[in-house]
Formats: sequence, C-alpha cells, structure tokens
Amino acid sequence: MTITPAPSLPERPRLNKLFRLQWEEVQQAYVLLYPEGMVKLNQSAAEILKRCDGTLTVAELIVELQLAFGETDLRDPVEGMLRAAFEKDWIQ
Amino acid sequence: MTQPTVNPPFWLLAELTYRCPLHCVFCYNPVNYDSIKNELDTDTWIRVMREARALGAAQLGFSGGEPLLRDDLDILVAEARQLGFYTNLITSGVGLNEKRIASLKQAGLDHIQLSFQDSTQEMNDFLSSTKTFELKKKVAGLIKKYDYPMVMNVVLHRHNIPHVDKIIDMALDLEAEYLELANTQYYGWAMKNRQQLLPTREQLVAAEATVNAYREKIGKQCKLLFVVPDYFEERPKACMNGWGSIFLDIAPDGAALPCHNARELPGLNIPNVKEHSIREIWVESQAFNFFRGDSWMQEPCRSCSEKEKDFGGCRCQAFLLTGDAAATDPVCSKSPKHHIVKQVINEAALINKSGQPPQTEHPLVFRTDKNSRLLSDAKR
Repeated sequence: MTITPAPSLPERPRLNKLFRLQWEEVQQAYVLLYPEGMVKLNQSAAEILKRCDGTLTVAELIVELQLAFGETDLRDPVEGMLRAAFEKDWIQ
Repeated sequence: MTQPTVNPPFWLLAELTYRCPLHCVFCYNPVNYDSIKNELDTDTWIRVMREARALGAAQLGFSGGEPLLRDDLDILVAEARQLGFYTNLITSGVGLNEKRIASLKQAGLDHIQLSFQDSTQEMNDFLSSTKTFELKKKVAGLIKKYDYPMVMNVVLHRHNIPHVDKIIDMALDLEAEYLELANTQYYGWAMKNRQQLLPTREQLVAAEATVNAYREKIGKQCKLLFVVPDYFEERPKACMNGWGSIFLDIAPDGAALPCHNARELPGLNIPNVKEHSIREIWVESQAFNFFRGDSWMQEPCRSCSEKEKDFGGCRCQAFLLTGDAAATDPVCSKSPKHHIVKQVINEAALINKSGQPPQTEHPLVFRTDKNSRLLSDAKR
C-alpha cells in the first residue's frame, strides 16, 4: 500500500485569478465565479477564502479566523478546507 | 408530477449579432439567420442585463455570430461588470486587435474563449471558409499579454478528429490553460452538414485515448475537456440543465430563448425583450414554461428513474430527429426512436469507409448570407 502525502499548501494562499468571490443577494450566499461556472459557498468556506489574499500565511489566517469567530482550535477544519480548495485550483 | 420551481436564470447568453466574418459548416446559428434583422440597441441590452441581474443572473456570455462586430461591446462589458456579472467573451478572435483588447480589459472583461477550427492553416481556413489561422495565433498572443487565461475551443468532427494530437500540441504551443474539445452538436448549419461531419465510433475511441494519454503526460499544464458527441451515448445530455432552469438566451433581435435553437420548435410563443420584462419572460411566459418541470413528459421519460438527471434530453434534438418536440430524446437507448440515431451513425461509418469524397453527393454547406437566404426561402 502506498500512502499519498497530503498536498502541501501554498505558503500565502491567494485566490486563483480566474476566480472571483462575491456576495449574491438573490442567493443570500457568497459564490465563486469562474469562466462559465459558479460555486455556491457555505459561510465558513467563504470566510476562509475571503482571507486568501496572498498576504497572510496559513498560520496567520487561522489565528485571524479564531479571533474573528471566538474559537480556539480551527486549524484542522481550515487546513482541510484550504487543501480541498487547492485541489480544485481555487487558490494558488 | 411536481410543480416546477422557478430558479434564477444564472446563465445569461447575449447573442449580440448573427453577423460573423467566418462561414463555419458546424455553426449552431439558425440557418435562416440572414432573415433575422433588427439587432437590439445598446440601451435595450443594458436594460436586459440589469433585469436579468436583479433576478440572480451571475454569468454573462457575449456571443453571436461574432460579438466583436458590435461597436458598443466595451460599453456593454463595462455595464455588465459594474452590475456584478462574470463576463465571458466567446469569439473567433477576428477583430480583436491590441487596441480593442486593451479597452475590453479596461472595461472589466473577465474571460475570453477563443475558437479554432483546427491545428493547421489549411483545415482551419477550409472549414471556416476564411484565411484566419495566422490571425488567431496573433490573438492568442494578445490574450496572454493582457493576462487572460487562454481558453481555446475547437469543435471536433470527422475531418479534424483524426489529428486531435496536433490540436493539443498547438494548444500547448500557444500556452493555453484550457482546451475544450467539443464534438459538434447537430443543430443549425451542423445539422445541414451532419452526414459530412459525424465521426465514426472508431475515430471517437481513438481520439479519446489520445486525449487521455496527453492528460497523463501534461498534468496541470493545460486542462483538456473532451465533450463526447451525444449521438454515441446511451443517455441524453441534460440539455440546458433542464428547460427554463438556469439558461436564458437573448438572440440578436431580442427573442428570448430557453435554448439557442428554441425558435425552431413548433407551438412556442417566443417572447421578445422589446415587449416584455425579463421577469415576465423568465417566470410567466408560455415558452419558458412549456417544457419546465416534467408534466410535459411522455413515456418512457415520465416514469423513468433518471428523469431528474437528464430531463428527457434535448427538446430540439427530439424535434429534429422524431418530429415531436415532447418525445424522449432519441439519443436515449430507452427511446422507441433510438434506431434513428443508430442509423445515422451507421451511415456515417459507411460513407467514411467507402473512401469516396462525400462532397460529390452532399456538398458541405458553408454558413454564408447567400446560403442562408436560399435556405430561408426553401423553408417558406
């Protein structure tokens, strides 16, 4: 059995320039728009992606989210979400 | 049966004009396009975009014909972008010089999809009946220079599918990030030329194997999308994701269509944006409710467990192949008319095998104004 290592994350995640994150009034949700497509985001995914601006490191991003939402241990869920986003090319 | 819910028209396609410098034999525009005049003016397009956006439309395609032939394209793009649309330009590239692309970038255009007919100049120019290949290569350079992702679209058919490898090589040379290899869909001009364009099953299998081999080799460098022609499938495509579900097409003359070819279907009162608001059209019009939901379905669709998945397939294809727009799309192997599709495939294989240039029997009909007039007259 081979174990595939988890893909490493970009040091300072930044939204792929192909994608645009915006609030959609009609859907009452954030969406990711990209060429000829759209993904509706849940609140936590949107809060994470909003902070992927290429300036924050993953660790800083986690701290900021913890402060913003009064949580103490968001590392696993945030890293998990970022990994999924990286797989899908949402972030670079 | 369930009462159909009305979702927002997420995808607004603005077919700005049917005018086009190319004469592609597989064009999906109506064959009588030449008789459709009175293009909408700038202000009407702006109203259409505002009203659609208010209903929840988020993706906007500027298409045609060749949308660059509209002088007001940058005004429309700027307005669309300000409204919050993700703006896509679907173009042959003809007319896209540096001045134009700079101004579109300035207006906020998000994305450009460039179409190629083939990888070689001879084939590209023959199939589009023009001399555009070199020009398109220049445009591809401009697209990169202005920091757009390079998204290429090549329509596949019997004549170019054997060199899908060369097409991919060309895409890699041009540093394309995405390559859409879209097999021809048989509507409009393509339907006129179907006997000439439909590939054989062997050609398709070989092409798909080539695409898969490239995928292994190139990884993330360029994403290859291979759209199988539905004639060779056992189940129909979920056309438009269901009638009146997400897709709203506005034709150059303001006709609001649930799909590109809905004008051809009998029994529909096609609404026009000159007379109705987008809300009236999308929510209330007879045309957009005609095949919405599943109450219109016949057997075998009506009791089929997969009807939520493919919505009975394509209404235009059902009409073109069976004469009944409410029939099951005959691409489906459950359709009692599936033999029609099988027969078309068999004939294509025979023509291909005979080695005869099929042009001798059925010449390719290029999309030209003259041919369009002839075909509209023949229809009357």
